[in-house]
Amino acid sequence: MKLSAVDKKILQEVASLHDVPQGAYNIRKDGEGISRKSTENIEIQVKKDNPGIDIIVKPGTKNESVHIPVLVTRTGINDLVYNTFEIGEEADVTVVAGCGIHNTGSEEARHDGIHTIYVRKGARLRYVEKHYGEGEGTGSNILNPKTIIEIEEGGMAEMELVQIRGVDHTVRVTEANLYKNASLIMIERLLTHGDQVAKSDVIVNLLGEDSFTQVTSRTVAQENSEQVFYPRVIAKAKSRGYVECDSIIMDKARVRSVPEIAAYHAEAELTHEAAIGKIAGEQMLKLMSLGLSEKEAVEKILEGFLR
Amino acid sequence: MLELKGVTYKIPGEDKEIIKGVDLTFEQGKFYAITGPNGGGKTSLAKLIMGIYKPSSGSITFKGEDITNLEINERSKKGIGYAFQYPPRFKGLRVIDLLQLASEIEERKVVRGYLRQVGLCPEDYLDRDADASLSGGEMKRIEIATLLGKNPEFTIYDEPDAGVDLWSFDLLLNVIKQKHEKEGLTTVLISHQERILELVDEIVLIVGGKIQDVGTKERIWPIIKDVVGCQWYKVCRGDVEDEAECRR
Ligand SMILES: Nc1ncnc2c1ncn2[C@@H]1O[C@H](COP(=O)(O)OP(=O)(O)O)[C@@H](O)[C@H]1O
Ligand SMILES: [Mg+2]
Repeated sequence: MKLSAVDKKILQEVASLHDVPQGAYNIRKDGEGISRKSTENIEIQVKKDNPGIDIIVKPGTKNESVHIPVLVTRTGINDLVYNTFEIGEEADVTVVAGCGIHNTGSEEARHDGIHTIYVRKGARLRYVEKHYGEGEGTGSNILNPKTIIEIEEGGMAEMELVQIRGVDHTVRVTEANLYKNASLIMIERLLTHGDQVAKSDVIVNLLGEDSFTQVTSRTVAQENSEQVFYPRVIAKAKSRGYVECDSIIMDKARVRSVPEIAAYHAEAELTHEAAIGKIAGEQMLKLMSLGLSEKEAVEKILEGFLR
Repeated sequence: MLELKGVTYKIPGEDKEIIKGVDLTFEQGKFYAITGPNGGGKTSLAKLIMGIYKPSSGSITFKGEDITNLEINERSKKGIGYAFQYPPRFKGLRVIDLLQLASEIEERKVVRGYLRQVGLCPEDYLDRDADASLSGGEMKRIEIATLLGKNPEFTIYDEPDAGVDLWSFDLLLNVIKQKHEKEGLTTVLISHQERILELVDEIVLIVGGKIQDVGTKERIWPIIKDVVGCQWYKVCRGDVEDEAECRR
């Protein structure tokens, strides 16, 4: 299979890949799987009932990775895909998902990914999902990911969800169920500009004893863009949860943060923190006194904030 | 080297002048202290020199060039540096990022040296976020380390001793002094510490936004102890006629 320059650029942005990845992978382009590889421990199968794939990681698989980038390179594409991940007991793997749109036309280019992830007993998953959009076209880039993650006893997941520029409209829905001793650390980093709109609904159910979650969003809203966050943590057992939303607002942007915590157990410990504010003036002055121009100082501060 | 002429500063939108007609010259290669009571205008004077505040009237020249209207970063590029009294914290920027932004030489090896000079173990600090998790004293030392990296010809350190423990402070002072001497820099320390006042070539005494006096420690020290305390009291109370009385 040959990748075009555009394909490679998108792969670089969403998966830090220069070419076809090592290990197991599935590359989906404009609504079709174009290249796929399973390994001894990680099997990728095409779904029979729906568009999409099943990714099955054998129990005990350690230090392996799966890349499943999605490329949308044509205007007018409306791609819907269902992916299911089965992370076997005691496995320890990294999944790099992500979608990049290159839209040069006047129609919408849209990808809706519906992911269901099972982290089995004692397994560990690091999940990175990057969204990226580019192209000179006037058509909008739309990404609506939905992720459902079940973390069984003693399982652990770290999810990093990133969308920096280029995506015009996104509604992200994430739902997690944590059982005994399970933990989920989720960080969302987002930068919107222009007339972009981003919404994120997160709901984490702490169902098992001693489960733990930390849900963080770090976002920057520029120009005319709009962001809405609804992170919710619901504790139904002795458990701990922490929600933090922190946004930098600029220009004419609008940001709403509505963190919610709910406890249905007397031994639940939940906290939340939310802050929205402009770039601190003193930070600007400090960086400028080190020689940075105003523009460079803004970039540095945002780059750090979103790291 | 750096000269202020008739510099006045009013807080925008307010009538109050916090710097009042300051004429002051810093000579190349000299070591200065600026001292005076809290609220005397020390930090404001430093901010005027760095360009953080713009004078309401008067002018500032640096190496013969009028810099009154230059932006902060342009002054920085010309060789003026300022270590903040209250260095800001950054979410997400690490100590190493700040040091690399500041220094001409960005190598990890080199910036490590600056931390070591201010008494911080590089392994413990380089990759830490320069955020609220650092104590005031740690932040002050990192601030000084960035200025060591930046290496401006003219540097003002604003109360470098504040929040720093005594042992570390001796070290800091030595580093600043050695650098000053070795590289022929012009250095200004804003401080109240007698030890610092003993170390410098000249002391600038600023009270109520005005330069009260400039001179050696022998000359300034008695004034600080005596007159300033009293004047301050007078300014504040406004009802003390007799200086002798207020000294009692
Ligand atoms: N940005 C500002 N807004 C209002 N008042 C200020 C501002 N900056 C300084 N001042 C006031 O000006 C005076 C001098 O302050 P400063 O220069 O910080 O004094 P020092 O550093 O000598 O303690 C103080 O009364 C202070 O409250
Ligand atoms: Mg001060």
